[in-house]
Amino acid sequence: MEETVEYAQATGLLGGVWLLVAIPLVSAAILLLLGRRADRWGHWLGVAAIGVAFVLGLSFFFQLRGLENKSVELSLWDFIAVGDLRVDFGLLFDPLAAVFVLLITGVGFLIHLYAVEYMSHDAGRRRFFAYFNLFVAAMLLLVLGNNYVMLYFGWEGVGLASYLLISFWTERPSAATAGKKAFLMNRVGDAGLAIGIFIMFASLGTTQYDEVFNGVGALTGTTVLVLGLLLLLGAAGKSGQFPLQAWLPDAMEGPTPVSALIHAATMVTAGVYLIARSNPIFSANSTLQLVVVSVGALTLLIGCIIGAAKDDIKRVLAWSTVSQIGYMFVGVGLGGGAYALAIIHLLAHGFFKANMFLGAGSVMHGMKDQVDIRRFGGLSKHMKITWLTFMMGWLAIIGLPPLSGYFSKEPIIASAFEREDWTAWLFGGAALLGAGLTAFYMTRLFVLTFHGPKRWTEDIEHPHESPKLMTIPLILLAAGSVVAGGLMAWNDGVASWLSPVLGEEAAGEAHGVLSHTVITILSLLVTVLGAGLAWFLFRAGTATVPQPAGVLVTAARRNLYTDTVNEAVFEKPGIFLTRALVYLDNRGIDGLVNGLAAAVGGGSGRLRRMQTGFVRSYATSILAGALLVMAAFLAVQAGWLA
Amino acid sequence: MTELKLPSIDYAAIAPILIMLGTALLGVLVEAFVPRRWRHLVQLTLALLAVLAALTMVVLSADERIITAGQALAIDGPTLFLQGAILVLAAMALLLIGDRSVERGGAFVAQAAVTAESADDRRQAEGRNGLTEVYPLTTFAIGGMLIFVAANDLLTMFIALEVFSLPLYLLCALARRRRLLSQEAAMKYFLLGAYASAFFLFGVALIYGFTAGIPGRSAGVDFATIHAAVSDSPASPVLLFAGMALLAIGLLFKAAAAPFHVWTPDVYQGAPTPVTGFMAACTKVAAFGALLRVFQVAFADATWDFTPVLGAVAVLTMLVGAVLAVTQTDIKRLLAYSSIANAGYLLVGVLAPSRDGLAGTMFYLVAYGFSVLAAFAVVTLVRDNDGEATHLSRWAGLGRRSPFFAALFTFILLAFAGIPLTSGFTSKFAIFGPALEGGQAWLVIAGVLTSMVLAFPYLRVVVMMWLSEPGESTPTVMVPGGLTSAALMIGVLATLVLGVAPAPLLDLAAGAAEFVR
Repeated sequence: MEETVEYAQATGLLGGVWLLVAIPLVSAAILLLLGRRADRWGHWLGVAAIGVAFVLGLSFFFQLRGLENKSVELSLWDFIAVGDLRVDFGLLFDPLAAVFVLLITGVGFLIHLYAVEYMSHDAGRRRFFAYFNLFVAAMLLLVLGNNYVMLYFGWEGVGLASYLLISFWTERPSAATAGKKAFLMNRVGDAGLAIGIFIMFASLGTTQYDEVFNGVGALTGTTVLVLGLLLLLGAAGKSGQFPLQAWLPDAMEGPTPVSALIHAATMVTAGVYLIARSNPIFSANSTLQLVVVSVGALTLLIGCIIGAAKDDIKRVLAWSTVSQIGYMFVGVGLGGGAYALAIIHLLAHGFFKANMFLGAGSVMHGMKDQVDIRRFGGLSKHMKITWLTFMMGWLAIIGLPPLSGYFSKEPIIASAFEREDWTAWLFGGAALLGAGLTAFYMTRLFVLTFHGPKRWTEDIEHPHESPKLMTIPLILLAAGSVVAGGLMAWNDGVASWLSPVLGEEAAGEAHGVLSHTVITILSLLVTVLGAGLAWFLFRAGTATVPQPAGVLVTAARRNLYTDTVNEAVFEKPGIFLTRALVYLDNRGIDGLVNGLAAAVGGGSGRLRRMQTGFVRSYATSILAGALLVMAAFLAVQAGWLA
Repeated sequence: MTELKLPSIDYAAIAPILIMLGTALLGVLVEAFVPRRWRHLVQLTLALLAVLAALTMVVLSADERIITAGQALAIDGPTLFLQGAILVLAAMALLLIGDRSVERGGAFVAQAAVTAESADDRRQAEGRNGLTEVYPLTTFAIGGMLIFVAANDLLTMFIALEVFSLPLYLLCALARRRRLLSQEAAMKYFLLGAYASAFFLFGVALIYGFTAGIPGRSAGVDFATIHAAVSDSPASPVLLFAGMALLAIGLLFKAAAAPFHVWTPDVYQGAPTPVTGFMAACTKVAAFGALLRVFQVAFADATWDFTPVLGAVAVLTMLVGAVLAVTQTDIKRLLAYSSIANAGYLLVGVLAPSRDGLAGTMFYLVAYGFSVLAAFAVVTLVRDNDGEATHLSRWAGLGRRSPFFAALFTFILLAFAGIPLTSGFTSKFAIFGPALEGGQAWLVIAGVLTSMVLAFPYLRVVVMMWLSEPGESTPTVMVPGGLTSAALMIGVLATLVLGVAPAPLLDLAAGAAEFVR
């Protein structure tokens, strides 16, 4: 059954949707343009802009609920109009965009608030908030655009803000390198997305969502497959999925609020958004869906395994992000009702991961920027609020009922088992194993940080709790970690809200290889096992220096050798290719070009001598020219030419 | 005795011409009766008002499509568009001509007849106010150009040619500094111009002979008769082709196409810079307006015969302009060769036999006129104690000394090079597109290749201005007075606007792109 997608024009209050993008953008521009003059109050402007955007987003959300067809489109102006190619500068506010707007501005507001205090000792705080607001503006454009070019616009915008913020502390070489790495790996993905958009232009002549989705049915299977794979490449780059996952953990070189907002809660989930938004394309080809699920399943295992071997608190969380986004990819890859599940997990993850990142920041704040979990221990007595809020995040991510993660992750595992062939065991098994591993490494992180004996460096005597401006966002996010999942799952609220965009869940009970109850029991079992094992191993602390380890742990410590593979497969041949091209350019092409230039120059010099300055020679040359022209005309007339 | 029948004349339609010529006559009277200290102000105001009035008349009669004054003048879309273009560009040129803030007393000499390089001559260069006869001369030239693009028979065209050429010869001789160079330029221009006029006139005679004996028509040189003769005349086609060749030579000379371009560098260099700008912008419009009308109205049915020859001339012009520009060391000569190359591109437009081609050529003329006037406006500003510093080595490091004007000039050079977002790109696109559609791919290929060659000299100036250290001899840029600033800013803004949003002017040109026959 083919359904056509149509959007109504925005009217009334919803005509102001553009303000969502404009307000943060203007505030970023003000902060950048005013320079030092805005140093004293600039951060509050940044916070206020996001606060206003959140309030606006909320009111738009309620407006949208009252509408019958649950989507409005706003055409601002013709962006590109060349020949048959028309690209609108237009926005689309629909249920999917609405939940993203609320996530971005809501969580973004809390993280902004936190950053006011966290960055208070940094000389570049105003610049930080400028980039931060730029990011929010670009991210909102990404989710609000009504065509792929707008999405690409926002996509590059968030990328830009992300690179600027990863290498925010430009004086650190490692930060600069991490920024470069993020940039390069994202280029690979972005090129995929760009080519995908070109294919849309070429095959459908449009990039408007409604026209593309309505036209997908007319495309050949191969075109859809190639288009989907290219979009997937883009999504994998932005979301840190295999094989482009390596940049995300390095991105933790940026300030912690950046890690929380950009590299955990919002930007890295843009890939999930892209696939969910393009669901008519992905649903049209089962091979494509299989690839997405495979990428997700593989990545979630990679993330868990590496996360279990890392000692840097932020990197563990980063690998955990990689793995959780893997779950979301599994969800969007499974298609059907699982699209909504992935989005629910994305939203829930936004809360608990932001919560834990900010908690990690709070720990670092109290421990003089120490990030090595082997150097923590026993902090629960000193940082009560951080400890309790982090605990909520920990319990949420491992999926303990009735916290968020249980309601958002467990359904994805169950969906993975709902396939009808052997792949159910493969993907379901991977998701289940991932749940156990998640419980293991998150418990390890939690126990080593907050419990067990102190293993602090000598210079720390009394770790202090962070000030209120940091703990209040923590408490609010912790509350979100506890209840968000349940609220969203309650009565299928979010799933039915999203159904106009993502389609209705298939009617009738799906026939999986295992019953739902069995899966729930199994996943709780592996969670408890993983957490218990970690508790048992790390309750007494750990050595403060790396210990000799087996093959698997060594491999995990080295990111499963993915960096080595990248180096061998891409970097070395790349460098060789560059050198070869430079050689060729110097010898071959430059020779040709220089030779041509010399010929032109020489010819010019010789011709110039004919410009003698004497009227008589000028007149002669005119006469010669006249004779030639006349001869040519007469030759034409006689039929010798033409 | 036969009764003379007076032809009916639509005075409203030819009002722009009458206004300009009338103002020129009035200007002569002003010279005689207005006190010396007021003359400059009165003349400049009068000339600018006349241009404005004429422009208003052109706009008011925008929908006029008639042939009037007994077949002599055709007031149609192309005429009105090109007259408007000439008037707008002439207004800019008048601003440059009228400026007395950059150089004390203006760019013109006080007494042209004093022996060059004599003691008297040096004294008068020190700041006596320049002659105000330049204004009537300029208005005569503008009036002639307005007739030239409207002329509907070859004799009117010839007279118009002389009406606008003679004042130009004089204007070239009036530079305040480097008097010898200026006089030499005027002399060369005059001699060669007269020589080219002779070719033109001989061509008219041959064509007249060719039109004799068509059934049901008397012989004549109006375009309708010629058009009829091309297909019906019993006379030998040798007359037609020889006449066509000679006419083309006369017009190509004014348009500065190779091999009839030889005067251009010397004259552009020697003439006072405002006059050079006037010639580069307005004379180009007039010459191409006439070429378009002659070849697309009178000889429309001989398209297949003249295209190969004029195409070869176009390629040669592009090559000569681009290649010779590479080794120039004087900015005014560099701009002269660039103007020659641009004549080549415009010929490509003339040979694109479609409405789009005609519209593109007219658009190109306007866009190029704005840019080239702005370029010469900057040239007037870069100076030292001896007047303008036109040698390129003196421009080294100008970007450090005067970043604003260097940036403006860089922008104009990029426009000449055809970089997108400038009018240089859109106008080349407007010409090459129709030419390609009309099957003239070889001309387009030559155009693109020579554009690449031509980019080199432009970028060399850019590199010189920005990447060289300013030397001892790097002159400073004068802060211009209101008139030159206005001309410069209009030119730069037009270059930008026509590059970013060319659609309104292109639509206007497309709406006007049809000749009446």
